[in-house]
Amino acid sequence: MAGTAIRTGRRSRRRTSASRENVAGWLFVAPVVAILGLFLLLPILMALWVSLTDWNGQGSPFRTGVPFVGLDNYTGLFVRDDLSRRNFMISIRNTFSYVVIVVPAQTVLALGLALAVHRRTLRGRGFFRTAFYFPSVTSSVAISVLFLFIFSDSGAVTELLAIFGVEGPQWFSDSRGLLHLLLSALGLADVDAPPPVLTGGGAFGLSWWEWLSGPSVAMCTIIVLAVWTTSGTFMLMFLAALQDIPVALEEASMLDGASRRQRLWYVTLPMLKPTLFLVLTLGLIATWQVFDQVYVMSQGGPAKTTLTPAYLSYRTAFRDFDYGSGAAISFVLFLLIVLLAALQRWVMRDRDAVGDLRRPRPRRS
Amino acid sequence: MRHPGAHTAALAAVAAGALLTSAACGSGFDDSAGRSTGQSGGPAALRVLIGSSGDAETAAVRSAAGTWAKASGNTATITPAQDLTQQLGQAFAGSNPPDVFYVDASRFADYASVGALEPYGDRISGSGDFYPSLRTAFSRDGVFYCAPKDFSTLALIVDDDLWKKAGLTGADVPTTWERLTSVAKKIKAAGITPLVVGDTHERIGAFMVQAGGWITSDDGRRAIADSAENVTALRYVRGLLKDGLARFPKQLDAGWGGEAFGRGRAAMTVEGNWIRGAMKADHPDVAYTVHALPAGPRGEGTLSFTTCWGIAAKSRHKEQAISFVEAMTRADQQMAFARAFGVMPSRRSAKAVFTREFPDDTPFVNGADYAHGPVNAPRMDSVLADFDDGLQQLASIDPKTLLARLQKNTRDALGD
Repeated sequence: MAGTAIRTGRRSRRRTSASRENVAGWLFVAPVVAILGLFLLLPILMALWVSLTDWNGQGSPFRTGVPFVGLDNYTGLFVRDDLSRRNFMISIRNTFSYVVIVVPAQTVLALGLALAVHRRTLRGRGFFRTAFYFPSVTSSVAISVLFLFIFSDSGAVTELLAIFGVEGPQWFSDSRGLLHLLLSALGLADVDAPPPVLTGGGAFGLSWWEWLSGPSVAMCTIIVLAVWTTSGTFMLMFLAALQDIPVALEEASMLDGASRRQRLWYVTLPMLKPTLFLVLTLGLIATWQVFDQVYVMSQGGPAKTTLTPAYLSYRTAFRDFDYGSGAAISFVLFLLIVLLAALQRWVMRDRDAVGDLRRPRPRRS
Repeated sequence: MRHPGAHTAALAAVAAGALLTSAACGSGFDDSAGRSTGQSGGPAALRVLIGSSGDAETAAVRSAAGTWAKASGNTATITPAQDLTQQLGQAFAGSNPPDVFYVDASRFADYASVGALEPYGDRISGSGDFYPSLRTAFSRDGVFYCAPKDFSTLALIVDDDLWKKAGLTGADVPTTWERLTSVAKKIKAAGITPLVVGDTHERIGAFMVQAGGWITSDDGRRAIADSAENVTALRYVRGLLKDGLARFPKQLDAGWGGEAFGRGRAAMTVEGNWIRGAMKADHPDVAYTVHALPAGPRGEGTLSFTTCWGIAAKSRHKEQAISFVEAMTRADQQMAFARAFGVMPSRRSAKAVFTREFPDDTPFVNGADYAHGPVNAPRMDSVLADFDDGLQQLASIDPKTLLARLQKNTRDALGD
């Protein structure tokens, strides 16, 4: 009897101490949870509500009398044949070509830079690391303004091209798509008179020809800027991962007679895979959200070829007072990013069985 | 090992708590949105948000407001906005707008249609004295909403030196489209770019007015963009562009017409009276004269740009705000503004004084008689931005296609 009482007492004491720990834990995280809830979760829910209404920006969107329109703002972006759908689809097209170029380019460049400054034989490594990282710590607005000068019609890039006898384009007013220009150069299609096969049909209000334009010349300047500024940060991530690879591993592969290229391909890169995943995910998210460069450099022009969903959302809400549609755009963008990140996770999932086969087999001499 | 369910439940509880607390804050929102608010008596502290063109304007408005405050016993705080449209948007959404603010004529309909503006226009003494075209620009459904603070019009600016270099005299300044074409050909033969014109509807639209067309009907209810008159106008401008008689500023490596003109890259440009300030600051050595725009098939035409003193429907000091605007729009006060930062008074009674003091600006002020105001309809901003994108490619797009697109988008926006 006494024994049981002691045992239950001990158990309940253990239970109370555990729950007390629990309470203490929640008390410690409470400020963060409250702040996140108040400044992150709640605004998101409020924006979600706005995206379901036809609120015109007068007074609170939560009072009675604000017209509730359900999913109308969302269907308008995909179904209704009008200017807002056209703008949205153009912004998706622009950003897609932007992402497809920027993400691989910045990843490869960052990896290359990291491998270069990781080498022990390189003199002045500290200097190069700082130099490559520098664009990342500079304000993106300042860099955008700088690029406006560099790519202006009398700017450094145009002058440099002129030295080689190339007449550079008028960077910020050239709305021709790169893919269109490429097709033109190959003689497959004419920019001024596109083939009727492509202009005839289309999807979501844009003809196939418009979908296939590729980034415009103006967008290319923003692409160069993005690659240049972000590669420093990603280089730092790769560098940290490189320094984490045990030297013994590399030495072992050298003893096994692996060449330099084999070492990179079969030892270094597989060890970098988690970082590669991180870099690609961060790159994907950041590029789909591109806003500040567009706001500073081009405001969506020329001919809407630098319009991006994030900028369009801002413009729709704050210039056209169509807050519902603007919020809807940002939620579609959010879903798109989540879907793409999930897809990327699935593509890059661990496939160890395959990895085993590709491991180098030591040759016996 | 703790139970995962407990985590979720606790998190949910905390989140819900956070939501409740903030929802309580949220009840502070003003529920009477859209309705006008009661008047409060006594001396008021007016908040005035202006979209200033520069330090000169800010200083002039501050000084005028100080005089009014001293005489009336109120106070007025003048704040120059960084981005007027965005700041006003946020202020209206927060139910706490400034009492008085600048409203650009091109945005007027957006504000008026959602009930953000107090329709006080005819309570200003001598409200019939404002130019009729400016009254139209700030009227909706026949109600005159707000008093125009000043205005600008477009005119033809001619570079005297390049004019002489092309062997032309003052008598050659074009007065019709035909003469503009022939003069431009002469200038081009001399190796000079004849005309630089901005690639937006705010410049090329003047040609549409001269041809007798416009984008919306006078009451702002119907789209009339695909008219034959507009096609005539765009075909004419397209011809100038194709023959190299006119160029867009970007093609001359300039941000706007005035910059290209000031750098001597073109002999003529179509700009408003704001070009005076820019020329004085950036190109003081360039000699130029101002002339009326050449007349089109339907006679003379130009565009007017104007801003009014908007009073918030939610202001609690409307009486004081109207008294403030009254003081700001008096003819003598407007002349003081004209001297300080080069605008034109919006009152007809000030015209004589103005032309006496600034005889060179007579063509600008005369434009008020035949000027067309900006598109006076809500939700047109993105439609007009789309039209501007089309105009940038005017040389390669058929004007009819362009206008058909504008017509469709305008109809969608107006619900026509």
